[in-house]
Amino acid sequence: MVKEKAVLTGMHFMSGDIACAEGAIAAGCRFFAGYPITPATEIAEHIASRMPKIGGVYIQMEDEIASIAAVIGASYAGLKAMTATSGPGFSLMQENIGLAAMTEAPCVIVDVMRGGPSTGQPTLPGQQDVMQAKWGSHGDYEIIALSPCSVQEMFDLTIEAFNLSETYRVPAFVMADEVVAHMWEKLVIPPAEEIKIVNRKRANMPPEKYLPFMPDDDLVPPMACFGEGYRFHATGLTHNEYGYPRTQSSEVQTKLVQRLCEKIRKNADKIVRAEENMLEDAEVVVVAYGIVARAALSAVKKAREKGIKAGLLRPITLWPFPEKTLAKAAENAETIIVPEMNCGQLVREVERITKSSRVFHLAKLGEEPHSPMEIFDFIRRKHK
Amino acid sequence: MRIEIRFAGFGGQGIIKSGIMVAAAACLYSGKHSVQTQSYGPESRGGACKSEVVIADDEIDFPKVTEPDILVVMSQHAYNSYAETVKKGGTIILDPDMIPNEKKLENVKIFRVPATKMADELGRRIVANVVMLGAFSAITKVVDKEAMKESIKANIPKGTEQLNLKAFEKGYEYGEKILKG
Amino acid sequence: MTEVVEQHPFAKYLREAMMPHIWCTGCGNGIILNAFVHALDELQIDLDKLVVVSGIGCIGRTAGYTNVDSFHTTHGRPIAFATGVKLANPELEVVVISGDGDLFAIGGNHFIHAARRNIGIKVICANNFNYGMTGGQFGPTTPLKASTPTTPYGNIEHPFNLVHLAAASGATYVARWTTLHVRMLTASIKKLLQRKGFSFIEVVSQCPEIFGRRNKMRTALEMMEWFKKAAVIANFSDPAKAEITPEKIVVGEFLDLEKPTFEELLREKMNEISKENGE
Repeated sequence: MVKEKAVLTGMHFMSGDIACAEGAIAAGCRFFAGYPITPATEIAEHIASRMPKIGGVYIQMEDEIASIAAVIGASYAGLKAMTATSGPGFSLMQENIGLAAMTEAPCVIVDVMRGGPSTGQPTLPGQQDVMQAKWGSHGDYEIIALSPCSVQEMFDLTIEAFNLSETYRVPAFVMADEVVAHMWEKLVIPPAEEIKIVNRKRANMPPEKYLPFMPDDDLVPPMACFGEGYRFHATGLTHNEYGYPRTQSSEVQTKLVQRLCEKIRKNADKIVRAEENMLEDAEVVVVAYGIVARAALSAVKKAREKGIKAGLLRPITLWPFPEKTLAKAAENAETIIVPEMNCGQLVREVERITKSSRVFHLAKLGEEPHSPMEIFDFIRRKHK
Repeated sequence: MRIEIRFAGFGGQGIIKSGIMVAAAACLYSGKHSVQTQSYGPESRGGACKSEVVIADDEIDFPKVTEPDILVVMSQHAYNSYAETVKKGGTIILDPDMIPNEKKLENVKIFRVPATKMADELGRRIVANVVMLGAFSAITKVVDKEAMKESIKANIPKGTEQLNLKAFEKGYEYGEKILKG
Repeated sequence: MTEVVEQHPFAKYLREAMMPHIWCTGCGNGIILNAFVHALDELQIDLDKLVVVSGIGCIGRTAGYTNVDSFHTTHGRPIAFATGVKLANPELEVVVISGDGDLFAIGGNHFIHAARRNIGIKVICANNFNYGMTGGQFGPTTPLKASTPTTPYGNIEHPFNLVHLAAASGATYVARWTTLHVRMLTASIKKLLQRKGFSFIEVVSQCPEIFGRRNKMRTALEMMEWFKKAAVIANFSDPAKAEITPEKIVVGEFLDLEKPTFEELLREKMNEISKENGE
């Protein structure tokens, strides 16, 4: 079979959605199951045109529940797998996101956030799903969520999401928004050999020695895939290291659920990423992510021009949240400003970490993201 | 340098694509920084839509247009919404056949390009946006003519190059003509 | 002379560590598992290449009991999960064994679409007419008038005719047996395993402890006597006319045909595209 190149090295002018699809392919994703939804549809469309040329599978499922279920199946069968959706579909996926967390299936879920709740505003941006990403499924578990603010990051962070998902056997989310997804910008795709790719830790012991949920020191169990002769069992029920259900055991439940949380919490320093701009002497710290961070950067620069010592902290990983970076930035800050395209979600995390009484949320709903001027005015008003 | 351009009209006129072609011309073929964003309604055809481009020498923080230097407008509805948002001393390029009712505007330069009629003369109304891009290119000089042509070629269906480049040249000539007055 | 065997010849098919199973005395699930294992043995299926997927419900524990790669999904989703497995590695034999509620109520949408696409997965449904695990509430196959904890005055919902549904949705192999028809069922499972398209067997199964108790069939024997009395073997009869009633349970093979599977068409398409690219 003559295959097209998987990594389209070079300079492109592309939309965020297409860059995300190319990032997935560059990361080694060879299975995509999805369901059309604005504003994420272009990811599916692009993957549908590319996958058959590189030997990968695109399947359009009957709904988002099926999409994530198929993704978990493909992951267990050994492929890197992804789905992409928006708020309503993300809600439908939540139960099986819990299944992926419980069975430690590496997979990537892209949520291009639009205005909600419910059907809301399909063609307008939002940041209303960031808490759903953290807490959406029932029970205790941890996930990883990344927040891109440019077309380049739609590509880079999709690769990063795959790498983290494979490293920690955990669902990883790319929490984009409508603006970033539909925006066209320059994208530079490096040569394939320069892209860092991480593959899951494979089972390499003889099958009789293999315990599918026995973790190594990093709390992550090596993974066997279906068809490799390991003949193992996995279940969404509380299970022991053999994968066998032990639904009445508090010991097994405690050990399992704590490990599912700790494998991310204890490795947080390795996972967390944040961008720091002019924070060293900042009296006003703006915490913003996604497209809003770009308006915020502009506003912070303007504030500096006007003599206000402002700085920007941009969480790149929303979950785990860059707690230490924020705590440090907040030490000398008198005011913290959190502009978000929601009624106040990540601001709760900021309040929890800084314990400051001078955390101010700037909501923007129902239209375009905050303009730099709006954020600048807010900085000026709240600056003592 | 930061130039903000807004293309506006209704769905089906190639408004979104116009923005992408200008932004790509600036980025890929002129070495500048550029970004295109859009907003559109739920309708595929006929709904209001706009496509915005920011071009700058430095990296672009905020990608959206707040106060356009240039408005290229192809429908009455879009004209009504955006004509007064143009920066003082800015430029409006409009299709007079699509916009029968103009307001009295001050401090803006107005150029009237009958792009839809010119496209009809070429036999394909669908290239009206490319005629407009020709005029835009000649009038504003924001993006180099050759870069614009490269970008158009890269962004149109195969087999339509001749028609589109002809439409572009026609618009460009018209733009130069009205610029000279 | 008696020969002493150290191990049951079928032990290798089951996970001993998972025993004892959770099924009630008299339950039909053991018969279904037994028939499945017999079919595997008779065909000498490569157990390293077999994946058993189940959803939630009593029969859903089957995935854990079979000693192969197996996955116990969330409620209703085994077919969607199995679709991902099959497409990611078409060389695997992927069998879904689950119940009527799991496959046709909460998971009904996945069933009809997998059948329509002709994904090469094999589905065995234990139809016991109720949600046994949660205490016997009515489900999509509960007969009219039946008494269950959520139809205390009798069921007023018309049940699905599963073989008709499967055939209409595009399945390429469709059969129905009861747990009384063990040999036919085993032979049918063997066929199911040898077909390449979406294949479906409904096994009418007794649930004396939960369903039977409320419906005047308190023992397995009584339930199976109903199957015996009502079952009519009619191979390749019209599945539309095969509704299950107290008087009549039409069993047999309803459909056995070939058409290209999703995997085959996908592979074909890929070859077509790469040829175009190469030229």
